Amino acid sequence: MISIQACLDGVLLGILFALIAYGMALQWGVMNIINIAQGDLVILGGYIAYFMYLYGIHPAWGVIVAPVVMYFVGIAIYKLVINKVVDRDLFISILATFGISILFMQLMNFAFGADVVLANSDYGTTMLFNNNVVLPNSKIFSAFISILFAVCLVIYMKKSKLGRAIRATAQNARAAKILGVDTEKVYAATFGINAALCGVAGALISITFTIHPYMGLPYTIRSFMIVIVAGLGNLPGVAMSGMGLGVFEEFADYILGTEFRIGSVFLLLVLILVYRRFKLSRKREYLK
Amino acid sequence: MSITKNNLILYIGILIFGIVAPFLFPAFKVQLSILCVLIVLATTWNIQGGEMGYNSFGNILFYGLGMYLCASVQVGMFFPLAEWTESGGEKTFVHTPTQFFQGMAFGLIVAAVVPAIVAGLIGYSILGLRGHYFAICTLGLGVAAGEISGGIEIIGAGQGFTTPPFPDVGNLDSRGEFFYFLSFFVLVLTFITVRGIYSTRFKLILNAIRDNEDKAEAMGIETMKYKIVGWMISAFFCGLAGGIMGGLVGYIDSTDVAFDGREMGVFMVLMAILGGKGTLWGPIIGATVFHIFKEGFWTFFLGWQYVALGVLIVVIVIYFPEGIMGWLREKYPERFGEVVDEKDRKAQVELK
Repeated sequence: MISIQACLDGVLLGILFALIAYGMALQWGVMNIINIAQGDLVILGGYIAYFMYLYGIHPAWGVIVAPVVMYFVGIAIYKLVINKVVDRDLFISILATFGISILFMQLMNFAFGADVVLANSDYGTTMLFNNNVVLPNSKIFSAFISILFAVCLVIYMKKSKLGRAIRATAQNARAAKILGVDTEKVYAATFGINAALCGVAGALISITFTIHPYMGLPYTIRSFMIVIVAGLGNLPGVAMSGMGLGVFEEFADYILGTEFRIGSVFLLLVLILVYRRFKLSRKREYLK
Repeated sequence: MSITKNNLILYIGILIFGIVAPFLFPAFKVQLSILCVLIVLATTWNIQGGEMGYNSFGNILFYGLGMYLCASVQVGMFFPLAEWTESGGEKTFVHTPTQFFQGMAFGLIVAAVVPAIVAGLIGYSILGLRGHYFAICTLGLGVAAGEISGGIEIIGAGQGFTTPPFPDVGNLDSRGEFFYFLSFFVLVLTFITVRGIYSTRFKLILNAIRDNEDKAEAMGIETMKYKIVGWMISAFFCGLAGGIMGGLVGYIDSTDVAFDGREMGVFMVLMAILGGKGTLWGPIIGATVFHIFKEGFWTFFLGWQYVALGVLIVVIVIYFPEGIMGWLREKYPERFGEVVDEKDRKAQVELK
């Protein structure tokens, strides 16, 4: 029974991870930026929902408010920092976003305090299998909303003009520029969309789990891991590996204990990278 | 690269300054020792970050490892380690001066050798990754080490590990002086080693790896071997620095002191970049400037220091990626032994 519980929890959690990872894959593919501050954007989105909860609004509305606010936060970050590192070495962008991450962490710490908080949604729980498996309805809700947002975004990327421009820029920024795409605008929009996705995920996390100003980095690492396992632009892969990671984490939690949970995530990242490195080195290639 | 007369005067000057500094500024002994440790960290990061082109966020792993090892050996040589950590800093066991110094000496040796061996063991797997994958992988390693060591009972787990207090030798100043001269000695040792390395073929190979690893391999250089050796040297001194810092701070916490990726792990990268990657003096200058800045920030903007740190990282990375040495080099290329053709320079100015 515990394993069924862990699997279900993991899958529902993994859908959330997949949503964050999708944003990461988007900006990585389009702008060639690895955003270490990804997790901190998630947490910031979570605090928006938490604040609505504090002021008596049902935190589920945060799912609509957080992405709108975060979109503009994303655009602001892009205008201030990211547009200066887009064409540069990847390490520069990693370090710059690391700086943003530290900045956000501390600002959130000042603004919201260092307590672990959660926005209570009062959704109740569902009992399955003779009450042996407990499933909070908020988790089901969050998984449903994440899928909804992901599907909407996929359709938007396929159909709309901006979506086409983003995909064109991802394929070849120079060619897109020649054909009249304003790549600067596309980059800003991409970063904004990514931040909005983080906002949604953060709002859902604050409803289902807990948030804390310093909890951002694990989310970054998780999404990075999902992206390198799935590959850029492979959406089913992102969804699958997201759920896989979720299940892995729940099992690590049960078997090793909660204090090793985050550690096992980071170790898994190292193992995956090393595994891929050995696999590729047989063909005398390396991860690019 | 032979030592010229001017250089010799400079080195002797710095050495003398280093020796008299704690007596000139007795109030800043701890700060000076931390400065020495920071310089060691920046210089060793520069070996593989600047010269080899492998930007690691994970050297904090060796630093923290060294810190824990040194303290564990120092305690474990004379007393049961588990009981020590359980008592959480209460003075159930007291080191005599001889025990303290013996323990410190053995502890530092272990703290230097074991991280180097660890670097050698994991090097073959990790150093096969390149660019940002290496950066993220080492970041993961550093954080994982912090999280895991925070769950191990024998080294104090979540409640931390109190290192042996300095024994009572009759003089109150001796603690500061001991740690200062220890860290200054390690600094001199590091500098001599690094300077020695930089005047050999080894450095050229590291630079070749940085510039184009595939071509270096095609030229018949076994790049993996050199990468591992480079990383091991780095780990050796990182561990040593960590061991000293552990004794200096007096208290080891898994994520806030030892494997502190958010502070020390970023500091060493930042100091090397601020001073100028891939130069001998860059990290030293960078660390000094950074330490002065940092202490200023920490004193005047108490509470806002991480905000300032975040802004500082972004500003340095975006507007100052070449560092102080890079800026000087652009300004006075002649002093760096670069022959500049007047016509060439004029042509470049016109091009701009």
